[in-house]
Amino acid sequence: MSAPAAEPVGPYVIAWLVLLLLLGVSVASAYLPIGAWHPVMSFGIAATQAAIVFLIFMRLRGRPSLKWVFAGAGFFWLFLLFAMSAVDYFTRSGYPLRP
Amino acid sequence: MASAQLQVQYTDLRQQSETAQLGMWVFIATEVLFFGSLIWAYVVYRTAYPLQFRLAGHDSVILLGSINQVILLTSSLTMVLAIRAARAQRQRQLLDLLLLTALLGVAFLGVKGYEYSLDAASHAVPVLDFLFKPGYRPPAEMFWTFYFIATGLHALHLTIGIVLVLILAARAARGAFSRGYDAPLEVIGLYWSFVDTVWLFLFACIYPLGRSLS
Repeated sequence: MSAPAAEPVGPYVIAWLVLLLLLGVSVASAYLPIGAWHPVMSFGIAATQAAIVFLIFMRLRGRPSLKWVFAGAGFFWLFLLFAMSAVDYFTRSGYPLRP
Repeated sequence: MASAQLQVQYTDLRQQSETAQLGMWVFIATEVLFFGSLIWAYVVYRTAYPLQFRLAGHDSVILLGSINQVILLTSSLTMVLAIRAARAQRQRQLLDLLLLTALLGVAFLGVKGYEYSLDAASHAVPVLDFLFKPGYRPPAEMFWTFYFIATGLHALHLTIGIVLVLILAARAARGAFSRGYDAPLEVIGLYWSFVDTVWLFLFACIYPLGRSLS
């Protein structure tokens, strides 16, 4: 039996290069005077990188498509955790504190 | 032989592999909540004490954090290429890529250990040896507590990943992964890349902080 053809390596390498580029952008933006936008930049880039890892390296886009439900469930519960906790913390009087 | 790997409750190896992958995704969902709660605690205290977190974060070593992110992203690439090699029945390449993945994991731990030694040298270890630098107030120590708990838990996950990848390599060396049977590779590959993803968020929590402070 002859060995089957390997799937193309290109998409993985491109994803890796984009991930490294995003790391560079994240580090560079940390030194820019953008004030309150810093956490938006760093977490936005982290979320973009995570999406690339999930879709390409963890092959969320491939079979079985039921994976979307399983992966989505984790993030749905995470959303509930964040949302319900935020309802508590961000409606407390005197929060956030400014030491 | 491939057929010997098929368990009785599945119709074929593909169904078996897909079921195993779904199981790993369930585990990953629990891990998302595990690290998610940790990061939520970080969000609460960073929002409460923004200046203290920026001051403390400024003292983390962003160069080593960045090098480690490059190492982990590269290891995710080598892991997925290992699975690709297995599918194409390239046993030698599979083994090399698995060993390279484990090696990159060890390199990450080495860099992390060196970084911990630098943190310790600058007296940034809460409870044991913590020096309040100019401008530091108690919430700065809270940042470093998060730093050690979060990166420590991540390192523990990575250590488990390295052991799992080495077990895969030992099995690959014996020719266990013929075409059609790749469930363990797929499942450990998911775990490995997920641990990589956790680092992306921990990086965002720790290293970019306070870099624009004069």
